[in-house]
Amino acid sequence: MSKVLLKIDGRAVEAKEGMTILEAAQSAGITIPTLCHHEKLDPYGACRICTVEVEINGRTRYAVSCVYPVEKNLLVRTRSAKVDRIRKMILQLLLCHAPDSEQLLDLAKEYGADRDRFEQETSFCIHCGLCVRYCAEVKQKNAVGFINRGTKREISFVPELAVLECWRCKECFPLCPTSALQAAYVFIESLKQGDDSPALLSYNK
Amino acid sequence: MDNGRIEQIIDKHEGAASSLIQILLEIQSENHWLPKEALTRVSERLGVPLTRVLHIATFYKAFSLVPKGRHAVHICTGTACHVRGAQRILDAVQDTAGIKPGETDLDMRFSLETVNCLGCCALGPVMEINGKTYGKISPAETAAVLQKYE
Repeated sequence: MSKVLLKIDGRAVEAKEGMTILEAAQSAGITIPTLCHHEKLDPYGACRICTVEVEINGRTRYAVSCVYPVEKNLLVRTRSAKVDRIRKMILQLLLCHAPDSEQLLDLAKEYGADRDRFEQETSFCIHCGLCVRYCAEVKQKNAVGFINRGTKREISFVPELAVLECWRCKECFPLCPTSALQAAYVFIESLKQGDDSPALLSYNK
Repeated sequence: MDNGRIEQIIDKHEGAASSLIQILLEIQSENHWLPKEALTRVSERLGVPLTRVLHIATFYKAFSLVPKGRHAVHICTGTACHVRGAQRILDAVQDTAGIKPGETDLDMRFSLETVNCLGCCALGPVMEINGKTYGKISPAETAAVLQKYE
């Protein structure tokens, strides 16, 4: 594998050919915020939060670093006024779906995103696809998948498969950046146990 | 639709995973909808996970996961048909068939659907039944047309 030299935030970084900008930055200890990225999974480019400024031959454009392969003499800026503005907007849009997600709120604080900027439509899912891809690529069970499209798109378990596999796996729960899966599971478990379980009580409040 | 016919369709495509959409389309056109058993069978035979089959079957509007009637009634509500009174055609058909857009009647005779343009605006207002186009139709004529389909 040939080496590629590029500059990220003014630092010279050596990367292998075929690596993405995100991987190159991480190997150099530079952090780029991510929501849909997971090192065990193929790049997906769903959340766009890892958008960076890329300069080639004096031309600047904005690229999603988790799917953009490194090139020779690439100049990457992980923070700039416009990058911050893009990330702020993405966060505000994601926060309509999951206004109480800790991961999103932490990022919102950093980028000055207002969680009440847009009307809330709390579905709790930001379509990062982590659970779907983890189930398909790592566990190879395919118990959870996407259904419908556009604004109606959502994740859905196949009941016949989920009843066999999910109860002892649950590995997709901690991956979820909004904890939507876990919340749904805790809620249904508490329904089964009756009215006095703590989860349901806090839900009813 | 019996299982043998589903197997036949899959065999015709040699059980290739790349023919998934073609197979689903053929089942859809013969059966008017995709029952769960058909989806499970297709998923098993092609070696495509059921979640992937569901993802595709819910993605395209050509597929239906709920039973559809024997005759597909499409009423154009695109701009040209709209200004020529598509709403009145739709009202008349709703009255005759007793169903709203997106619904199927109990006898499984008609499924009513509104569409946005059938590409023959000069014929507006347009109603299409099983691919046959009825152009420049008046609300009074719709009942007679629907009666032709049993």
